[in-house]
Amino acid sequence: MSLPKVHEIPIGGIITEPGSSRRNLTGGWRSLKPIIHDDRCIRCRICWMYCPEGTIKETKGEFVVKGRKYQYKYEIDYNYCKGCGICAHECPTKAIEMVPEA
Amino acid sequence: MKVVYKAIWDLPVEELFASGHRACAGCGPAIAMRWITKTAGPNTVVVNATGCMEVTTTQYPETAWMVPYLHVAFENAAAAASGVDSAIRVTSKKGLWRSGKTNVIVIAGDGGTYDIGLQSLSGMLERGHHVLYILYDNEAYMNTGIQRSGGTPRYAWTTTTPVGRAIRGKIQAKKDIMGIVMAHRVPYAATASISNIIDMSNKIKTALEYTEEGPTFLHIMAPCPPGWRFPEERTVEAARLAVETGYFPLYEYDHGKIRLNPPTSNMVADPKRRKPLREFLKFQGRFAHLTDAEIGELEKEVVANLEYLAKLASL
Amino acid sequence: MTAAAAIQKAKAALALTSNYAVAYAVKAADVDVVAVYPITPQTTIVEKIAEFVDDGELNADLIHVESEHSAMSAVVGAAAAGARVFTATSSQGLELMHEVLHIASGLRLPVVMAVPARAISAPISIHGDYSDVMNTRDTGWITYIASSAQEVYDTVIQAYKVAETTLLPVMVSYDGFLMSHTTEPVELNDEEAVKRFLPRRERPNVLRPEKPITMGAFAMPDWYYEIKYQVQEALASSLKTIEEVDAEYGKAFGRSYGIIQTYRMEDADYAVIAYGGAAFGNAREAVDVARERGIRAGAIRLRVWRPFPADRLLKQLAGVKAFAVIDRAIAFGSPGGGPAFIDVATALYMGGMDVPGLSVIHGIGQRSMYVEDFVKVFEMLKDGERNKVVYMGLRL
Repeated sequence: MSLPKVHEIPIGGIITEPGSSRRNLTGGWRSLKPIIHDDRCIRCRICWMYCPEGTIKETKGEFVVKGRKYQYKYEIDYNYCKGCGICAHECPTKAIEMVPEA
Repeated sequence: MKVVYKAIWDLPVEELFASGHRACAGCGPAIAMRWITKTAGPNTVVVNATGCMEVTTTQYPETAWMVPYLHVAFENAAAAASGVDSAIRVTSKKGLWRSGKTNVIVIAGDGGTYDIGLQSLSGMLERGHHVLYILYDNEAYMNTGIQRSGGTPRYAWTTTTPVGRAIRGKIQAKKDIMGIVMAHRVPYAATASISNIIDMSNKIKTALEYTEEGPTFLHIMAPCPPGWRFPEERTVEAARLAVETGYFPLYEYDHGKIRLNPPTSNMVADPKRRKPLREFLKFQGRFAHLTDAEIGELEKEVVANLEYLAKLASL
Repeated sequence: MTAAAAIQKAKAALALTSNYAVAYAVKAADVDVVAVYPITPQTTIVEKIAEFVDDGELNADLIHVESEHSAMSAVVGAAAAGARVFTATSSQGLELMHEVLHIASGLRLPVVMAVPARAISAPISIHGDYSDVMNTRDTGWITYIASSAQEVYDTVIQAYKVAETTLLPVMVSYDGFLMSHTTEPVELNDEEAVKRFLPRRERPNVLRPEKPITMGAFAMPDWYYEIKYQVQEALASSLKTIEEVDAEYGKAFGRSYGIIQTYRMEDADYAVIAYGGAAFGNAREAVDVARERGIRAGAIRLRVWRPFPADRLLKQLAGVKAFAVIDRAIAFGSPGGGPAFIDVATALYMGGMDVPGLSVIHGIGQRSMYVEDFVKVFEMLKDGERNKVVYMGLRL
């Protein structure tokens, strides 16, 4: 990939695209991968709250897991999850398991 | 404290600190950044001192920030923020600032606050700028590879306070930065921890509201797994134990009145509710060399500090 | 409030020091944020501005910073937020700011600063020379060196237009004490006309919640060079802007100065190159005396020090037999002795010209410079003295 030349770069070293760090997929850093066991998840929001990467996605809707209805679903964005394991460590029901990356 | 968020479900959803930043896995300060930006909202200018949160979030041409962001240098974030505040105020009057009420928040680490940035912080506080200064404290110069700062606790190992045969870790105690800030008689200053997000977010909201009157300050405990030498999944636990052992008391200075917050207030009322300091120290490599006698000394300091704060709170 | 401090509605002439001339220019430029910190000989600038603000004649916010490092940091912050800014300093204060000077140019912020030039410690000296200004040579700032209170006033106003056009910071310097504290007649502009000369314009590098940009990012080796090269290029092309703004100013207000100023250079065999009020004033008088003594002498003043006006200077030196540069600063340990001499020599070399020169150091720590000293320089040039550093006025 060729990088932009002097006159193709905004002056002053400014970055004009907010949140452009999303182009940097940090998921590749991971050696352990968190897996959410949806049936054990009590929807407490703690993993979402503590994730340093903001990779725990909260979706509002109607979700049925093993016959139980839930209003929320939690999923991990593996594009960015660095595998620190805070979510698993803080989970009150041990619904998140850290497994080695394949 | 104004309680804006009563429970976890009241917390704001919108993310203004994007994924893809390059902070270490399990970074305590990164958790703080998420909640500072979420709580403050988009009408906020962040002025960041040089440090971990600056280099890991703004590697050109990418930025994790979704609010206007300025980094000038290490020691002058408070001065640069003074300029931003002043500019917004005067250009608003002249009709040149069209973004309405805008928060100005400094984000600086312990090196940028306790040490090299102390003068500009003091100047900003004394001049009464409408700036919220947030110190994220990971207790050493982590960005340059774990060197001692004025915020490093006594006996801690760092690369510039190694555990040698003659001297074992840092000799001096951690500086009372809250005491220094309170001496400026600001409207509001508080401590917070990344383990207690609801408390922290309410304090951010409270501070921003008081910033209309003048400068406010938040001291946020934000552990660093590589710097403190503990496994990265234990960052939040480390912060929680810092609070629960009394090592890092949670309290507010609100218009001259000090108020202890739970759980610190509980352990002052009933010392049995304070966990032994050893629980905070034992899993951190930076304290691995401590003897029982040294732990005992640190514990005495913790108790003395709680008693000191309790006395201040009773005034 | 004196009559002199009344809002300038029409042209007027006052007797002002160069420092007060700066303050009047800042008022005319409707500056938004001023960082205030005292240091001799700068102090009377910010005192006067504080009077204007406290009397309600200038709608600006004063930031009473706790150091010059914070002064420059505060105006960088304010400029980043879109304000028109000003600060002033001298000597140690400029040294303390040094780190942030690079940042102001790197972030491409139109900061304007006045610097009555002063010697640097140790030993401490409050008196004038250009050691402080010369130390900022490589910071990416456009740097003027003015030679009269009138020029100081006009140049500060021009500086805002140049800064806001090139998106580079601009320093306006002049002799500490010899100008900062001496009174000259100054014609002041109609401030409404100055407002028209300096319209507010949008910049791309401003902090605004509607368009959140990141300023002051961390650049790896793949990017740093290009961003710094932009500064180099902007500085080089700023000479054109400086010239255009000077011409436009001349049209609007009847006074302009050019990039370099010459005196009796048309047929000169020997040229003295100087900067600042006292040195160039002496040089001009010495030209007249030398010519009476049969030496075809001429003088050149560098009004713009950065970017260095090499082409303009070489045109003047093309016909001379030899030149001397009077430097009021020492470039310690350098082969050229003085900073301006080094640049003149480099310009000649880069231009493929071989004109011999003398490097004259004078006026250090405000050591008295006499017209006769400058006449002696012309005599030395005529006598064939070449290619050496002369420490004038020194008890050697």
